[in-house]
Parts: sequence; structure tokens; C-alpha cells
Amino acid sequence: MPTELSRREFSWVLGGPQGGGINASAEVYAKALLRGGLHVFANIEFHSNIMGKHSYYRVTAAPVPVHSHVDDIHMLVALDHESLFGDAAERKHYPSHTGHVHQVAPGGGIVYDADLKIDPAQFGREDINLYPIPFFELLEEALKQIGKGGQSRKYTVMRNTVALGASIGISGYDEELLFEAIRDEFKGRKAEAAEMNVAAARVAAAYARAEFKPQPARRLAALPPEQRTRRMLIKGFQAVGIAKLKAGLGMQTYYPISPATDESVYLEAKGPAYQCAVVQCEDEIASINMAIGAAHMGIRSATSTAGPGIALMSEGFGFAAITEAPGPVVFLWQRGGPSTGLPTRTEQADLQFALHPAPGDFPHMVVAPGDINEAFIDSFESFNWADRYQLPVIVLLEKFLASSLFSSEPIDSSQLKIDRGMLFQPNGDSESYRRHAITADGISPRTLPGMQGGVFSTTSDEHDPQGHITEGIENRIAMMRKRMGKLETAAREIPSTTKFTVHGPRQAELTLVGWGATKGAILDAMPELEADGRTVNFVQIRMMRPFPAEAVTTILRNARQTVLIENNYSAQLGSLIAEHTGVIMDHHVLKYDGRPFSRNEIIEGVRAALAERKKEVMVSHA
Amino acid sequence: MPETAEAKKFTLQAYKTDVHVDWCPGCGDFGILSSIQQALFQLQIPPYKVAMISGIGCSGKTPHYVDTYGLHTLHGRALPVATGAKLANNELTVVAVGGDGDGYGIGAGYFLNSGRRNVDMTYIVYNNGVYGLTKGQASPTLAKGLKTKSMPDPSIQEGINPIAVALGAGYTWIGRGYSLDVKSLVALITQAIRHKGTSFLDVFQTCPVYNDLRTKDWYAGEDIGRSRLRRLDSDPSWDPVVKDPASIEEIAEKKTRALHASYEAGDSLAVGVFYSIDLPTYDQQLANKIPALKEHPLVDLPLYQRDVEPLFAELG
Repeated sequence: MPTELSRREFSWVLGGPQGGGINASAEVYAKALLRGGLHVFANIEFHSNIMGKHSYYRVTAAPVPVHSHVDDIHMLVALDHESLFGDAAERKHYPSHTGHVHQVAPGGGIVYDADLKIDPAQFGREDINLYPIPFFELLEEALKQIGKGGQSRKYTVMRNTVALGASIGISGYDEELLFEAIRDEFKGRKAEAAEMNVAAARVAAAYARAEFKPQPARRLAALPPEQRTRRMLIKGFQAVGIAKLKAGLGMQTYYPISPATDESVYLEAKGPAYQCAVVQCEDEIASINMAIGAAHMGIRSATSTAGPGIALMSEGFGFAAITEAPGPVVFLWQRGGPSTGLPTRTEQADLQFALHPAPGDFPHMVVAPGDINEAFIDSFESFNWADRYQLPVIVLLEKFLASSLFSSEPIDSSQLKIDRGMLFQPNGDSESYRRHAITADGISPRTLPGMQGGVFSTTSDEHDPQGHITEGIENRIAMMRKRMGKLETAAREIPSTTKFTVHGPRQAELTLVGWGATKGAILDAMPELEADGRTVNFVQIRMMRPFPAEAVTTILRNARQTVLIENNYSAQLGSLIAEHTGVIMDHHVLKYDGRPFSRNEIIEGVRAALAERKKEVMVSHA
Repeated sequence: MPETAEAKKFTLQAYKTDVHVDWCPGCGDFGILSSIQQALFQLQIPPYKVAMISGIGCSGKTPHYVDTYGLHTLHGRALPVATGAKLANNELTVVAVGGDGDGYGIGAGYFLNSGRRNVDMTYIVYNNGVYGLTKGQASPTLAKGLKTKSMPDPSIQEGINPIAVALGAGYTWIGRGYSLDVKSLVALITQAIRHKGTSFLDVFQTCPVYNDLRTKDWYAGEDIGRSRLRRLDSDPSWDPVVKDPASIEEIAEKKTRALHASYEAGDSLAVGVFYSIDLPTYDQQLANKIPALKEHPLVDLPLYQRDVEPLFAELG
């Protein structure tokens, strides 16, 4: 049964070769919709390739909140042949994709280059509208208007703007909002470029409106100006980067790796003005160890990486934990694994690694935010936990969140407070200072090196309270208990609202269980699953370690029917829940094709699991 | 103790801890430890303004014996930890120490890249040709064809030349000492700490238990009637200091001479300062990006009252 969202949303896809400027164009389009008061969600798919391979950007907009994409495309804008029909002709076995024509919803439309001279029959679709647009002819006309006639070959990248203009014209959207977004995009650069692009968009919009009478079934309209709310358009890596600066990050270390690099590069650009150092390292082992050295000296440090990088960091977690370093906070942006895997695609398959990142028993924390707001708050709080409990923290994120664009209300950070944990106040007698003093809550006050009276030495070997090596039995037991006890302290002190959330009614006929950035698609799917005639709630787990075992046990024991939803092969959260609560999920809906769940995949996966009484349903609509 | 000791604020004792030193009797490490303590004492660096950072192995225990801030880290990772420490607090004197296996084997990537980064710190390698703590396997500096007593067969891998690697990596101060010549070693460590940039000091260190080839007597040249160690400064024409850091010719000439000295053939091993140049340090360049670092270390900057609203505003 259609919901308000599914009736009113508009799903738009721009496809083209990598390096052809589709990101910038799609983001201009998204901004034009945002400025019209619409909620916007946009996600990108691209290859691990610099130039040439197929990539596409999907913008989903609606007058009501939207956090997910659907399988249907209401308007496809194809910059090349491959975006229409895929690469099956070149790759006989397992084509990397089959194009987007088949995803266009009945009544939807396709904007493409008329110069491709495609026989309409080739589309094989009687139920959609075709809009062949002479990209270069219109570009030439626009250039002529501003006195640059005959130069269209020099400005080929502007065919993207022609395509945007045509698509806005056909869908009936206010083209002034597009012009505004274009001018915004070129702000600070040559104003001439802005006006060239505005001219191209204007010419194309006018051409499309005049040329094509059949309008697509679904149109796109801005809200009346007085109903427009000011929102920002933000990606996960930006939310995390800003949160880290807000939290007082002193040093970020990194080794370039997809999809984590964007965040570090963002900090490289924005950090210095905030007195934040960013160090590019020779590998991830250097990254984590540099960050540990910095944390021990008393600044807040972090590093960001993906699966292959955290594999190298392994020993650093044990080292930070046994020496009770206040950090670092490690941001793990998950991509498709294992090994090099799918470098530019998304997955949730590093949860179990994040929980066991190094040999030995040691304390560390793992938190997995589910959206922009949680990514901001959890990133911020992670630095407080690292300082307070003197341990490394992993913030577990996904490529999907890193690179997706969300229209977002302002993030309220007024409740966030810096907590640097317990610091030792020297009393002049340095002999009395014990860096690893045994305490009831496991926390030993730390000093800031350079401070007189607080001199200590510590080691990755087992050590005594003064930090010197010992293999004594009693000390070993006391130190293990002290270190591990900090997790109990953390579990006691951190509020449950940070650990998990039950979305929807406390009791429901169907309980969905998930974590991380599948949150958006699950929340958007819930009304449709409810429309099937049952009550639905969603248990979102955020704190993976220390795991909120008691509360989650109670909730899941009382659940009538559970469906676990994860973007991986092995239902890793399911294992964690079973380990801590003894509760086994009734059904699993899993997806491990390297792409994020569409809303349809959630809905149909859950329906299939329930209807067919299947333990496990794999979904992949791509 | 020198006569001026009374005038000094910190005694030599202030750099020593009461932790039991568990190295084997006669170990060359004692000479290096003592030299580090004496150099810090001579420089009168307050012990609480020093961070000793070590790797894993016998040498890794050094920070426990020097009464300064100390981090005994992971195998091969002393340099990145030291780098992070120095950048967090540029007021600290950072001294990284480790063995030859630690630095040239498992930590080789950091040995190389720390050279090109040139953070203002000192790196001392206790080079004894063997992995002592695991009972005498060949280390990266053990020459091909040699067999120390716990090895079943001679090594079939070449030994590396750390001075040559350091020259290529871009270290701005490169020296070599000998663990049993404490007087010269103190002078070298003092110079190394004073140098602005990453100073690298390889120290021939005797391991009386596992390296029965490179012994005290071998270095002394008991068998050939003269010491195998040749002091570079015994040649009056030896001048390792680059006078004009902008001159590619002078750099090439000084590096070439140093490279020659590092490959000296026959029963001659050069010790002393191989190369020295003043180049901008990483810390200085970071301070160009973050000017407040010229006045205060990162750890003292007001990092916790930041207004990030302008960053959100950019995303409108």
C-alpha cells in the first residue's frame, strides 16, 4: 500500500563516466531541490577507477522526510550509452551493470543525448517517455548567447548542465532555483563560469519545455516559499569531521584509503584554522601509533581508515589498551570486503573485526551511529570516552554514510560537553605517582607529559602500577581486572539512549533489528510494512561494546517476531546479540552485493522472510 | 663528575631510576644507557621535559631506566609513536631508541619515512647484528656468510647499510658510535639531541651472549693489532656539515663522501658524524600552517572551545 512518502517522492538518477563531473552536477541538482524546501537524500555509486567507468548519482526528494532510495527511477539522465544499457556488450560474463533503463518506473522519463541516435525501439519500453536532447547543439546555442560561439568542444563538461536544465524543464520544477544552485556552486570561482552554466541550463530547460509535450507521470514541485525550511546538505564524512573539531581534536593521522580519505582531506582543509594538525602517514601502522603517541602526550587524537587499514592497525589497539592511552578514536569507514574487496562500495561486514581488533583480552569501545545526527554526537562523545576511560574507541561507519548527501536540520550540539577525564594534580612528590594505580572503577588519574611531578613510564609489556615490567601473578590479575573493569564503569555511566533506540511502539507484532546506516531505509520502510496490517518497531543497536546486554535481552525476549537486517553475509550483529542475550533472531534479511539497501529491498526482504518462513533472505535488486 | 656539576640544577642521578636493569652482564646496552643519561645531564634538559620512546627488544627497556617520561611501545613502532608525541608537545625533547631488528627489519618503513619527515627528535639504534631477546637469530645488519653461535647455518641474506639508507631517506644528521666508547658516544648523543630535525645515530653494540663475532675484542682489533674503528674526525679534511642547504652540489658531494665512508672496506669501520644539514623541520612547517604552534605546544592550545557553526553554514 503506498504511503505518503512513496506517493510523493521523486527519484532522479544521473549516470555517466567517472571523472565526467557527475558528482558536481548531481549535487547542484540536489541543492536546487533543497532550496525549494524539499527533503533530499542522495547517494552515489562509483567504481574504484579514476576516469571512464560507469558511475551514477541518485537524488531522492520529497516534501516529507526521506532517508532512503527506492528501486524505481522517475527520471533518468544518461550522459552516455552505458548509463542506459550497461556494459554487457563489452563484458560477456558478469557485466558490471545492465544500465538503468529497466529501473525507470512506468510513466517515468529518460533524458539522453540525441547525438547517440538511439532507435527508440532499443529501449524496449512503451511505458516510459524518451527525451532525446541535442546536448552539444544546445550548449553551442548557450555559448553563442554569451559571446563564446563555436567553443562547445572546449566546454564539453557543460553538457552535464544542459542535461540538468533539460531535466528540470521536463519535470516542471522552478528553474530559478537551479540557477541559484549553479551560481552557488561557482561562488568564489570565475563568475563567468557561473553565467555560462546558467545560460546552458536556461537554454536546455526552454528547449525541453517547448519540444516535449508528453509530461512524465510524476512531477517535481518546490514548496511555496513561506513553507520552505532552511536545511543543510551534508555528507557523513563532513558530519564526522566537524564533530571531531568540535570535540577538540588535536591531531588526525591517516593513510589514504577509500572510503575514509574524504574525511581526512576535509580535516586537512578545515583543520589548520582550528589548530588541528593532520598528518599523512606512510601506512596505517604509523597512523595508529602516531595517534597513540599524541594521545599519551595529552591531546585528543584520531585516525580514519577502512577494512584493509584497520587490519594493519591491529597491534595498536592492544598497545593503546594495555598502556591505557586516552585514545585514539579510530573511525572505521566500512567498505565491501574481504581484503581489497569492493573499495568504493558499502558493507557492514567489519563489526566482528571491530569487536576483536587485536589479540588478547583488553578493553576498548565500539559505537556504530546510524545517521548524520548520531554520527556527529557519537564522534564527539567518543573522545570523552577515550579520555575518561583511557582506552581506544572505534566509531564504526559505512561508505554509504560517508558519501551520501542528507538534507538535515541544524545539529544541536548545545548539550555536548567536553570531559577530559581524571587528571593527576602533582603534589611535588613524583615518587608517589602511579600511572596505573589500581582503583575501584579502574581509572587511574593521568598526567600530561611535560608536567613536573607527573613523570611516568609505561609499556606494552604487562606492568606494575608504576608502569614497569613485571610478570608477577598477583599484579597480573589486579591489572587485568583494573583494565577490563573500565568497561563496566563505562557501561554503568553511559546513558541507554546512547546505546540503543527502539523506534516505534515499545511492543509490536514485528520487531526489526539492525544497526548503522541501514537505519534510514528501515525507518522509511516501516510505514509500508505497517500498512500490510501489523504493528512494527525497530530496535537499533548503537553501542556494540560495552554491549547493553541487559536492556536488549529484555526487549528481544519480549519481541513477538524478529527480523534482523544487515548489510553483510554473516549476520554479524545477530551473532553479537546471541552472544550477549542468548536470543536468536527469527529471520535474517541480508544484502552483501556491496550496495546499500533500497527501501524496496527492506520491504520485500521482510515480507519474503515472513511469508515463506525463511530463516534467511538475501536481497539484491540492483 | 665534572666540576661544574654543582652549578647544575639537575644531577646525573636525576636521570636514573631505581628499576633493576635486567640486561646481561657485559652488555653493550649499559654503555648506551649511561651515555644517554650523561648527555641529558650535560644538556641539563629537565627530566620531565624528555620523552624516551622505545621499541621492543633488549634496547626497548631503556625508558624504564631513564627517569623521564617513557613509552615502551611495539616492535618497530618507536618512530611513529615518537613522532606523534613530539607533534603533540613540541616542548619535549624526544629520544627514540630501538634495536637493529626493530628499526631496520620490522620497523624499516618508519626508519625510511621518518627520515623524509624530519621531525625534531633523535633516533638511536642499538646495532648488535642479532635478535638477542629471542636468542640470537640474524638481524638485518648481520653480513652475508656470517654465523653467530646460535645460528645453525651462515646467513644467506645480505646485511643492510643503515648509514646508506639514512642518507637516501633524508635524515638531516647521521652519526655512528660504539657502545663501549662512552666518552665519544656522549658527545655524539649530545650533538644529535641538539640538532634541529631528526638525528639518526647507529651505535655498534656488543652482545656478549649471542654475537660471538662482533665482540669487544673484535672491535678492538686484538687479532690485527689495531682498532677496527676509525674515527671520521681523525681525518683533518673530514667536514660532514652542509654549509649551504640550497646547494645541490654541496649536498651531493657531502652525501657521496658519507656514503663512501659507510662502505669502507677492509678492517675499518667509520664512526663519528657522517652528515649534517639544517633543513626546515616538520614541526616548523606545521607551525607555518598553525602559527600558534610557534608560541605554544599543541597540547596547550585552546582546542576545546571551537565554534564550528561556520562549517555548518558552508553546507547551506
